[in-house]
Amino acid sequence: MAASLVERVVEFKTLDGDVAKVVPRGDGHARTLSDVLVSDASVAYTFVAPAFFLLLFLVAYPFALSVWFSLSDARVGDAGGFIGLDNFQRLLTSSIFLQTLQNSIVFTALALGLKTVFGMVLALLLFRITRFKRLVRGAVLLPFIVPTALSTLVWWWMFEPLYSVVNWTLRALHVVNHDIPWLPDPYLAMFSVILVNTWRGLPFFAITLLAGLVAIPRELYEAAESDGAGPIGRFWHVTVPLVKPVLAVVILFSTIFTLADFNIVYVLTKGGPMNMTHLFATYSFALGLQSGQIGQGAAVSLFLFPILLAVVFVQLRVVRKSTTYE
Amino acid sequence: MSSAPRWLRRSRPVFTLYMPTLPFVLFALFPLYFMFVTSFKTNAELYDVNSVPFWIGRGVTFGHYQLLSNDTFFWSWFVNSLMVSVAASAISVVLGVLAAYPLARLKFPGAESFGVAIFITYLVPPSLLFLPLSTVVNRLGLSDSLWSLVVTYPTFLVPFCTWLLMGYFRTVPKEIEECAMLDGCNRLQTLIRILLPVAVPGVICAALFAFTLSWNEFLYALVFVSPAELKTLTVGVFSELIRGDIYYWGGLMAGACIGSFPIVIAYVFFLDYYVSGLTAGAVK
Repeated sequence: MAASLVERVVEFKTLDGDVAKVVPRGDGHARTLSDVLVSDASVAYTFVAPAFFLLLFLVAYPFALSVWFSLSDARVGDAGGFIGLDNFQRLLTSSIFLQTLQNSIVFTALALGLKTVFGMVLALLLFRITRFKRLVRGAVLLPFIVPTALSTLVWWWMFEPLYSVVNWTLRALHVVNHDIPWLPDPYLAMFSVILVNTWRGLPFFAITLLAGLVAIPRELYEAAESDGAGPIGRFWHVTVPLVKPVLAVVILFSTIFTLADFNIVYVLTKGGPMNMTHLFATYSFALGLQSGQIGQGAAVSLFLFPILLAVVFVQLRVVRKSTTYE
Repeated sequence: MSSAPRWLRRSRPVFTLYMPTLPFVLFALFPLYFMFVTSFKTNAELYDVNSVPFWIGRGVTFGHYQLLSNDTFFWSWFVNSLMVSVAASAISVVLGVLAAYPLARLKFPGAESFGVAIFITYLVPPSLLFLPLSTVVNRLGLSDSLWSLVVTYPTFLVPFCTWLLMGYFRTVPKEIEECAMLDGCNRLQTLIRILLPVAVPGVICAALFAFTLSWNEFLYALVFVSPAELKTLTVGVFSELIRGDIYYWGGLMAGACIGSFPIVIAYVFFLDYYVSGLTAGAVK
């Protein structure tokens, strides 16, 4: 009895490389789940499998399908045939697409710039606030939590041509004496869309940067102060360098999600007036679903992919390395 | 500075700190306040250019909410959103826990590539995949059914939950698990009995965010489901309360209020979880 038990002692290496001896419990038995989960690798694969197959079938496969569509003349209800790079060629000579490209750059650059600057300012303010701390943080974060499609509706109402509260206020303050056409005017429409995107995205910047600020050891400020650095010197020489990794990640994340924005533009302007606010997502929607040209639509949305890859690359290579001091 | 009178020193933060913060708070809250106020105004007041828009001047009405309840499928949309969000979040948290555990704890061939794959899919925006996904949904016979959303929402929720929980699991010392394993627990038992109870805040955080992201989702719901009574709340309010050139502004705002309500309630109770979930992805 004792001998047979000793024979069944199993040795295994823990993660630290120690060798542990384990006497398995249970008597002569049928294979159960716990037997299948013996080695680390098979445990790992078993656990990871559901997520893996989900992502394989509903992310990787659709992505491949999207590449195929972009190389075909597929339409709704017609699988289409291979036409090479025709879709891309046609897009690069289409004035609407070139407009979309330009809109995307303007939209992303301005919205990111606004969110970065004001996000940093807000984070610095939130960092120093002591009274009503939770209340203020909670209030400031709210636009990020509320459903964007619904909150954009209220912005639409605020920019409504006839009953706009913005225009009402400006007129009451005698800033203007006529109604400003926020959404019918192409440039003002772009401004409005950027404003709403900033409204929604600012909390993400502020709260994440705040977490970065909190992580900076106070001793560094004290050291800088004893070296004679003023508030501005401390900001540039202590705060900025130490918050940079967090700032970089926030900007990288936001680049993708700002560039790929659909909800705000679709609800507020549908890409109009005269395609002046179309982004990749809304134009791809208009082409692929509303006019049924799936091939063209897929080609438009694929323009997001190189930027996605670039962001992932920078994130994994540069940012990760610079933060390994942790 | 020390020569300044005491009241001035005391009130300095009011000018340098609280006053500059005020515009940010107003900017964040005004649209939501305006949404709320508009939903209770009578049409006579709403469409009067001369009335002050900032508050309710001529009596409160529940007419817009009645319009939602009686003339639209509003409560169906609400229930649809609720069912889809709960189902998709539950699936995603379970898959996320299972995938995050080996990534955080075990060494296995392919671990790093799978980690990178999770990270990439975490960053894939829905607007990149909605066209081919609608084809896949069609082929699975799920279009115009809520199942299409239950199946597709995990594509962005699982990477998020996995990423968040991976970071969380790494903060738990692995010694307590090793003790459990020496006592004869297998990996699944250690995960369920030892690690999960310690990681409850991380799991709550993942579940909250998954629910919020599903509840707020718009694009997939717009593309995959078209019958009016099967829509989710975000899509239903947007597409059924604008009929041609007629905008039911009061109804739209009422729908937006009720649609934001569950999220705001969850948010008030779990503010700290939201803050930590938001920063986990970026700071880790």
